Amino acid sequence: MRSTSYRFPLAVLIAFALVLIINFMVSSQGSAPTDDEVNKIAKQLYCPVCESTPLDVCPTEACRQWREVIRTMLAEGKSEAEIKQHFVTQYGVRVLNVPPNPWATYFVPGVVILLGALFLARGFQLWMKPGRTAAAPVKAEAELVPQDDYVAKMEEELKKRK
Amino acid sequence: MTELPPQRRGVPIYIQIIIWVFLAALLVIVALGLKRAQQGTVQPGQKIDNFSLTLFSGYEYEGKTSVNISELRGKVVVINFWASWCKPCEQEAADLKQAWEFYEPSGKVVFIGADYVDTEPEARVYLKKFGITFPNGPDLATKISQYFRIKGVPETYFVDKNGVLQYVQIGPFTSLEQIQGIIDPLIAE
Repeated sequence: MRSTSYRFPLAVLIAFALVLIINFMVSSQGSAPTDDEVNKIAKQLYCPVCESTPLDVCPTEACRQWREVIRTMLAEGKSEAEIKQHFVTQYGVRVLNVPPNPWATYFVPGVVILLGALFLARGFQLWMKPGRTAAAPVKAEAELVPQDDYVAKMEEELKKRK
Repeated sequence: MTELPPQRRGVPIYIQIIIWVFLAALLVIVALGLKRAQQGTVQPGQKIDNFSLTLFSGYEYEGKTSVNISELRGKVVVINFWASWCKPCEQEAADLKQAWEFYEPSGKVVFIGADYVDTEPEARVYLKKFGITFPNGPDLATKISQYFRIKGVPETYFVDKNGVLQYVQIGPFTSLEQIQGIIDPLIAE
């Protein structure tokens, strides 16, 4: 009699515990990552085999496998940075659509090219710049008078017209 | 007094030198890039530098989780680049397996599988499917394939006992005899 009185509350407790466990398992598992979530990361990665094809639009079997890797890692709770780092470790930095250090990748070569161009421009400017030679002899005005008769006549005519 | 027409002043010699050095360096860089692009794979006769391949669990070499090529001097080394997504690789998988089973007991030949841009689960499925048991691992960050300048998969490189590349197989093997025909002379050397 006494044992049966315990049965009902015990069953309720077990059922309650089961519900809690199932709920915990479901919530800890989380919902499966959507295609949009997968593609958001895939878009930032390039297929390591195909030429210049982002992973989100790449139709090959290999790319499908890599998208599944992203999905699995997202489901495991990995962050975007962790997933991208995994791809870099596995396949090299070339899989990233933006290099890991854009400053060093774009800025430094840009500055070097700019400095080189300025240097070259300055060099050519110096080359082309007209100068005077102090030691050059000064020619007499008479020497500069045109010797050609025809030109002399023309200049004389012009002077008369003035 | 009349002014003279302007005369051109020369650039200081050190600037001229720097400009020419700069232009020459640019040309050398472009030339080297073009040469490398046209080089193709590593050619037979070249001594292979040391590299390390991390191995998949279950596909270790003598119990070690990675293998250094320099540790294999004195043995003929067969480096096979493959991938689970590569259909031509499947054509040669059975021949490679048989070849490994043929040479493994002698201890004179080591096969190494370098899994090129692949995912480990699919790679494992592939290895299991074809019963491949020789050391295999991922070519992390494609460093090894870049060193060999592979053009695709499958490609197989045969390195002699002295660490010198002797033969390159582009594309799949067609038979076990073909593989034996390459390895046997290297063992006999």
